[in-house]
Amino acid sequence: MEICRKGEVLQISDLDPFLAELLRQIPASTNSEGEPGAEARLFSRPSAEKEICVEWKSYVEPELRRLFRSSTETVAEDLAQLNGNEKSLRNRTLTIPFEHADAWLNALNQARLVIAEKAKFTDEELNDHDRSPIGSRRDLSLFQVNFYGFLQEFILREMQSG
Amino acid sequence: MSAVSAVQLDKGSTVEAPVREAETRNEEELDVPWQVVVHNDPVNLMTYVTMVFQRVFGYPREKAERHMLEVHHKGRSILWCGVRERAEFYVQQLHGYLLLATLEKIV
Repeated sequence: MEICRKGEVLQISDLDPFLAELLRQIPASTNSEGEPGAEARLFSRPSAEKEICVEWKSYVEPELRRLFRSSTETVAEDLAQLNGNEKSLRNRTLTIPFEHADAWLNALNQARLVIAEKAKFTDEELNDHDRSPIGSRRDLSLFQVNFYGFLQEFILREMQSG
Repeated sequence: MSAVSAVQLDKGSTVEAPVREAETRNEEELDVPWQVVVHNDPVNLMTYVTMVFQRVFGYPREKAERHMLEVHHKGRSILWCGVRERAEFYVQQLHGYLLLATLEKIV
């Protein structure tokens, strides 16, 4: 896999089917429904004061839900380029308009937080970036968190370089 | 006191005068300073947190990095102090970036 910026687009090329599938899983991975721990992490308490929390739930949380949903939808639209069967995913290229960079950062972050919360990873596991091979569902989830983090790092670097 | 009273402006024309139904915050409370605190979490990337501090507070990179490192090493950092409404605004922005942030009354 290669990732680079070409003018106003980010290009992820030479994608193998496995990584393409992980990319396709970003929108689904942001789903925190039915996961109280993940919900609590995405919509964390703003204060120890009850009155503030009650107001927040009514007025701010719906705004945050809209923001998160909008980011995920933008990413899902970009990922439509990867629709197809496994064979057709071989050596595919994903092109992301750079103006979608914020939406990607947000959706990747949602996905990483939800996956980490569901798996209840320890700090030690999250700092183990060289863990291999993938031998279990838990290993796969950790790889997913690290892969999405790698994409975030690349996007951030490109943002900072202008 | 009734919830709505009326003031007669001129013949046949009235306008509802504002009535204070309930006081949610008194002047003393509004004067109390609040602080915006960001808490450590093991998932958010250090570079991401730095960028968020730069964007939300307009801090230069060095200052944003100092706060990020304080969050990382000490578990929390006070990013801003001031009036409650502004503090709420900042915390909302930080939650939009999925950072763990709270507002606290300074006592």
